[in-house]
Amino acid sequence: MKYYRTHVLVCVDPECLGKGAHDIEDALQDELVAQGLIDEVQVLETSRIGGCSHGPEMMVYPDGVHYVGMTVDDIPFLVEEHFLKGRIAKKFLLPRVEVKDEELSAPTSKEVRVVLRNCGKVDPENIEDYIAEDGYQALGKVLGSMTSDQVIEEVLASGLRGRGGAGFPAGKKWQFCRASKGTPKFVICNADEGDPGAFMNRRVLEGDPHAVIEGMIIAAYAIGSSRGYIYCRAEYPLAVRTLNIAIKQARALGLLGEDILGSGFSFDLEVRIGAGAFVCGEETALMGSIEGKRGEPRPRPPFPAVSGLWAKPSNVNNVETYANVPQIILNGAKWYASMGTEKSKGTKTFALAGDVNHTGLIEVPLGINMREVVYDIAQGIKDGKKLKAVQIGGPMGGCLPEEYLDRPIDYESLAAAGTIMGSGGLVVMDEDTCMVDIARFFMEFIQDESCGKCTPCRVGTRRMLEILQRICKGEGKNGDIETLEMLCKQIRATSLCGLGQGAPNPVESTLKHFRKEYEAHIFEKRCPAKVCKGLIRYDITDTCTGCTVCLRNCPVGAITGDRRKLHVIDTDTCIRCGICMQVCNFNAIEIN
Amino acid sequence: MNGEVQTVQQTTSVTVSESRVREVVGAAVAKCGATREDLVPILTEINHVLGYIPPEAFNEVSRVLHTPIGQLFSVASFYQMLSTKPRGRHVIQFCESAPCHVVGGGAVWKALQDAVHLVPGETSPDGKWTLRTTSCLGVCAVGPVITVDEDIYGNITPKQVNEILERYE
Repeated sequence: MKYYRTHVLVCVDPECLGKGAHDIEDALQDELVAQGLIDEVQVLETSRIGGCSHGPEMMVYPDGVHYVGMTVDDIPFLVEEHFLKGRIAKKFLLPRVEVKDEELSAPTSKEVRVVLRNCGKVDPENIEDYIAEDGYQALGKVLGSMTSDQVIEEVLASGLRGRGGAGFPAGKKWQFCRASKGTPKFVICNADEGDPGAFMNRRVLEGDPHAVIEGMIIAAYAIGSSRGYIYCRAEYPLAVRTLNIAIKQARALGLLGEDILGSGFSFDLEVRIGAGAFVCGEETALMGSIEGKRGEPRPRPPFPAVSGLWAKPSNVNNVETYANVPQIILNGAKWYASMGTEKSKGTKTFALAGDVNHTGLIEVPLGINMREVVYDIAQGIKDGKKLKAVQIGGPMGGCLPEEYLDRPIDYESLAAAGTIMGSGGLVVMDEDTCMVDIARFFMEFIQDESCGKCTPCRVGTRRMLEILQRICKGEGKNGDIETLEMLCKQIRATSLCGLGQGAPNPVESTLKHFRKEYEAHIFEKRCPAKVCKGLIRYDITDTCTGCTVCLRNCPVGAITGDRRKLHVIDTDTCIRCGICMQVCNFNAIEIN
Repeated sequence: MNGEVQTVQQTTSVTVSESRVREVVGAAVAKCGATREDLVPILTEINHVLGYIPPEAFNEVSRVLHTPIGQLFSVASFYQMLSTKPRGRHVIQFCESAPCHVVGGGAVWKALQDAVHLVPGETSPDGKWTLRTTSCLGVCAVGPVITVDEDIYGNITPKQVNEILERYE
């Protein structure tokens, strides 16, 4: 093995690739050769470093320096400063991240990294990197010194709950599956992360695939399974590639396959790839898809623990749940349970998005309140605006208003507030957001992704969407709110799977917390946030200088006026595209 | 389940010879396996090689897997990424999810449509482009996002659309 004094990990996840990470990598290689440093500095590819929105990014070890936002032209400077002169090139440091040995997060951060601990730190395509970070030690401990029951006990005691959204205790699930009669039993990892805006699992799969694999092997040992599947969505080609490499390497070292670590226990797994269907994230639909059928949900009970894949006992957990397991085994249930609240233990990853200053992935202990996440970790709302709502739980989640900021983030509190933990999407919305429009947007998504098997979801969500579309157009009627409420109740009670049962959440939660906005749309024909096109009009104020820019840019010729005279918009012709407002140099266009 | 209506149809502009279909199906089966559980990977592979799944391929897969064509079509029409219609040489995908929507995705979408004059799911008459919308690609931190074939482009502005499309022959 060759030794290098320094390793540079260049992030090549899709976000950074989109910003030219490959060009950066090539330039770096060339420059290292040119400077004669190529035998001292090794360039590696990785995923998920941290400042996702600042890419391209790279991490330099052992220095632990995190560089972001460089271009190909900056590489000679960077190589000279850091690798030749040993000085940190300050202008490429992420403003928030301080230089530290190992941790990526800033000291002020309220983050705790368990699932993301290795992401950006290890080469995901090299199993030795993972092993050097205590990887597969938990597996050794389990196979060498624990019985299956003891493993389940430990996971139960840790309080780990399903991180896919529903929050069912993982240990309980394992227990049921272990107790089920029937062989073979299957261990399945749900990596069909379809919620728009949620990409936590992708980062774990791309950045630390062995943590998931190790968690699955431990689960298989606890349950008594010899065969596993990772169902990964086709939209994540890099994750699929990384997983396949990881599985191959684990097999080569005898960590997967026959007689693992000489224990007599055998387990192997393979990756199954989806073909683009959101509903396949639902566990019974997912199993249908693995069987080669349409990915449609089936009624539960029987639960997968009793009758799952090919009607055999199966255990389905998501990526994050499995990734927690090795750490729980290694550090003990007590350690894990020391984080979080009474009923929600441990940490949770979230994908922060929306109108906040810092977006990207975070991992926080459960029980943290929303205010800390929005104002301390995400550094507040963009442009100093006011917060309106936080949307949590994905498309089947709900919107929480400002009053809920001080409540803890845990399964029970979120359920009480009318939303769900979900898989970890967290969208922050500022005062310019129309909540009726948001409800319509999510309903559109749900309607589109409804698989069509059961009527309440297929027809009910369509009816709801039609009503919401009418309200947004300014054609809402007295009684619409009541009809929506009735539909919410019925769809929730009668739908087959989580998609249908959760479908009313965006509407119900916005109705609960922002009912006044619905009423303004319906009764006053007014969109308070000035978003819904059917309810706004553009006007020109007297700050207009008559420069004719708006007139020339209007695509439908709705603006008239002579040079140096006040211009006028013809509301009937205007299509509310907003171009005039964008091009006006005098802020003379207003929305009424 | 998505807006795209999929029908088995013969087109005159794109035809794949029967021997070619047999060869592709044979290779897909050899790669993925020949049981019912391998159906989705087999169809994905055929779709990948030929750009879509022609009617002849359904016949051939049906024969090899001993499965009725109806069941095959039922599966193929369920998944968004499998197409029973011929697609263009390059497939443009636009992410229509909320995170891309809130950072200006709408304007990019309009620019895309202006550039290729297609509605979602449509293929241009010259067979160069197919325009599609896609569900979240998980690269939300650099939205709006479009992909052309396997290439991902992030932080797209409407002005960049033409420049990106010009790179493809």
